[in-house]
Amino acid sequence: MTFKESFEPDILGFLCNWCSYAGADLAGVSRFQYPPNIRIIRVMCSARVDPTIILEAFIRGLDGVMVLGCHLGDCHYMTGNYYTERRMKTSKNVLKSVGLSPERLLVDWVSASEGERFATLVKDFTERVRKLGSLGKETDLEPQQLRTRLTAAKEALAQERIRWLVGRERELVEDKNVFGEKVSQEEFDQLMLQTIKKEFAKIRILLSMEEDTLSVKEIAQEVEASPREVLRNMISLERDGLVSVVGIEGNSPKYRRTGV
Amino acid sequence: MNEVRVGVFVCHCGTNIGGFLNVPGLAKYALRLPHVVFAKDNQYTCSEAGLTEIRNAIAENKLNRVVVASCTPRTHEPLFRSTCKEAGLNPYLFQFVNIRDQCSWVHMQDTERATEKAKALIRMGVARVVLLEPLEETQVEVNPCALVIGGGITGMTCTLSLANRDFEVKLVEKEDRLGGTLNTLYKLYPTHEEASKLVQAKAEELKKNPKIEVLTSSEVEEVKGFVGNYDITIRQGEKDRLFKAGVIIVATGAETLKPVDMYGYDGEHVITQLELEGRLKEGRLNANTVVMIQCIGSRNEKRAYCSKVCCLTALKNAVLIREANPDAQVFVLYRDMVTQGTIYEDYYGKARETGIMFIKYSPERQPVVEDGSVRIYDELLGEELILPYDLVVLSTPMVAHLDSADLAQRLKVPVDKYGFFLEAHVKLRPVDFATDGIFVCGCAHWPANVGESISQAYGAASRASIPMSVGHVKTEPSIAVVDEDECSGCGLCELTCPFKAIRIEETEKGRKAKVIAASCKGCGACGAGCPQKAITMRHFTDEQLLAQVIPLTEVTS
Repeated sequence: MTFKESFEPDILGFLCNWCSYAGADLAGVSRFQYPPNIRIIRVMCSARVDPTIILEAFIRGLDGVMVLGCHLGDCHYMTGNYYTERRMKTSKNVLKSVGLSPERLLVDWVSASEGERFATLVKDFTERVRKLGSLGKETDLEPQQLRTRLTAAKEALAQERIRWLVGRERELVEDKNVFGEKVSQEEFDQLMLQTIKKEFAKIRILLSMEEDTLSVKEIAQEVEASPREVLRNMISLERDGLVSVVGIEGNSPKYRRTGV
Repeated sequence: MNEVRVGVFVCHCGTNIGGFLNVPGLAKYALRLPHVVFAKDNQYTCSEAGLTEIRNAIAENKLNRVVVASCTPRTHEPLFRSTCKEAGLNPYLFQFVNIRDQCSWVHMQDTERATEKAKALIRMGVARVVLLEPLEETQVEVNPCALVIGGGITGMTCTLSLANRDFEVKLVEKEDRLGGTLNTLYKLYPTHEEASKLVQAKAEELKKNPKIEVLTSSEVEEVKGFVGNYDITIRQGEKDRLFKAGVIIVATGAETLKPVDMYGYDGEHVITQLELEGRLKEGRLNANTVVMIQCIGSRNEKRAYCSKVCCLTALKNAVLIREANPDAQVFVLYRDMVTQGTIYEDYYGKARETGIMFIKYSPERQPVVEDGSVRIYDELLGEELILPYDLVVLSTPMVAHLDSADLAQRLKVPVDKYGFFLEAHVKLRPVDFATDGIFVCGCAHWPANVGESISQAYGAASRASIPMSVGHVKTEPSIAVVDEDECSGCGLCELTCPFKAIRIEETEKGRKAKVIAASCKGCGACGAGCPQKAITMRHFTDEQLLAQVIPLTEVTS
């Protein structure tokens, strides 16, 4: 019988300077003990944390990421954490489309006086990620496949369409538009999920074409989608000037990536 | 470009760190990291001996980056930054690594893993410091002139307080005379001094002060610029007045809700407390039985707040009615009498003793005003009473001026959901707006009595005089910077920024976002959401953050 070494998750925490970082300091001053798996990166406001940075952390092999800010309504910069909340919600959805558990990303609020709460959050999150296991082993994907998917997810989060939607969420859901209409939260979430799905699919196609000219069939195989779906995306990518047909092989056109 | 030379100082903090982590080992580890040319452990890096070592090491080893691994930047970053500055190093080329509060103190049972974590933290710090860039604080001159908006008791007090500090003040009042709400009040609680006398005294003082210019029948039309340098346009009748101001104080007060279509309000037999004040002032009150009803139009679904001054106003007016006419009967129908503090509680006790009747009702069973009598279910007696009256007085809440939202927009400051101006922080910055250089006091912010309004006016004057006394404001250098070539002018950043520090302007290259350096607080919210990734957050750039995203496996290998 062999002894399996217990898995120690590797966790990064992005903490805002004014509340959560101060809460973490208080945990120290009060000697509240927690597992050493977490390493903290200080930012001035949790809203500084660009969703692409979260994805990059997973690409680099981190098992879990925490983003902690001031409690809603208490942000030192007034509204920063509302943006954090929406951006991280989107990041979680993107993680889901990669095939990873969104639970690997924790978004929560810790005030400067909540040292004990901070320690508890870290303890619980470390245990949660420990149960989820190493990032590389959560899916059946080969390391390179997982990396490609995470890269596609990161690029999707850098896309204008998604960033624009995230940035407008509050306005769209809370205020009426010029026609006096309001978008409900469910409608918005639905729209967001669709947009993520679309952008993710498009970017996976583009990434698959990085080196070769490929036919729709070949791309479909590469990105695990139906040729029909890929074709639909190719038409819109061609319209956006991101791919072009460079020749015909047999009956299938061959595409090449044009935009970078 | 100069070679990057990093010095790392690892602190024992007595036994706080040294008792749990292998501090000399950490210093040795640091020396192996890229760009690190000097590393040392100190008993206390923050002691004079430690700071001298940093200064010497910078000089002797030509260090151009410094990392201190010790406690928390929240307490010690200013100290180490200024030490770097003393040694001729730009203070923004310094990086803090927290191995005490977030390492040695919280992993006391597992010192081995804690030391490994500390190594990783130092490595992250070194990776970032290499990418840091020198930043310079810049100064912006402050025009020593204040604009005070609103000439009520709050605005007058604030104006005087500023002028007495020798600052020029422009006081703008939209009515044709100063005094505001106090012009319609009779006597003030709890001292019963006449409101008009208070106004008169202040107005005379204002007139005598050559630093003050009063602009009546005037309104703020446009405000441009930022702290220290506001360009103000005032509309006075048909003509515009333009001037510059360094700071702005909002003291526009509030108004009292007119209870149209409520409780039989007719302005004749059913009136408001404010209208009662007028009758008392003119000595034309002719009523033997007065029924006052509290919380009219407040503490309900539409207006959840307590207007705070109505209970004491009702008490005061009840007392004054009985003083003028000892035979008069006064009933006060209330939900809760709010008379906090010893003076006001005392005032309430005395009012009860004089024979004023207090009857408690619940919001579920509201009083009904009928012709000649009020029907009320007495919560404490548990039965319905019928009170004949000569006069019904409704205590309605203070509400925000209808045009306060307009003014808020012109000043680019927020209002709350009831239209009152919203301060930056309820405890830390109670008279400041989040936008630097703009302040708020009195009822514009929230219902307040005269005493409170005056205190707030002094507070706002004091806060506003800081930038004017100093003469300049320092601008935070770690701010957002826009790459105009990448910017599409979509305006999302303008929408995101709570400080109005970034706005879209027409440029030669089309619509582009521009950062107002003096207003930017450096939170980074705009950059992290920019659809074009055209905004860089200085000192917290993507590269500087990503440099710290190092998996532990890379540290141990």
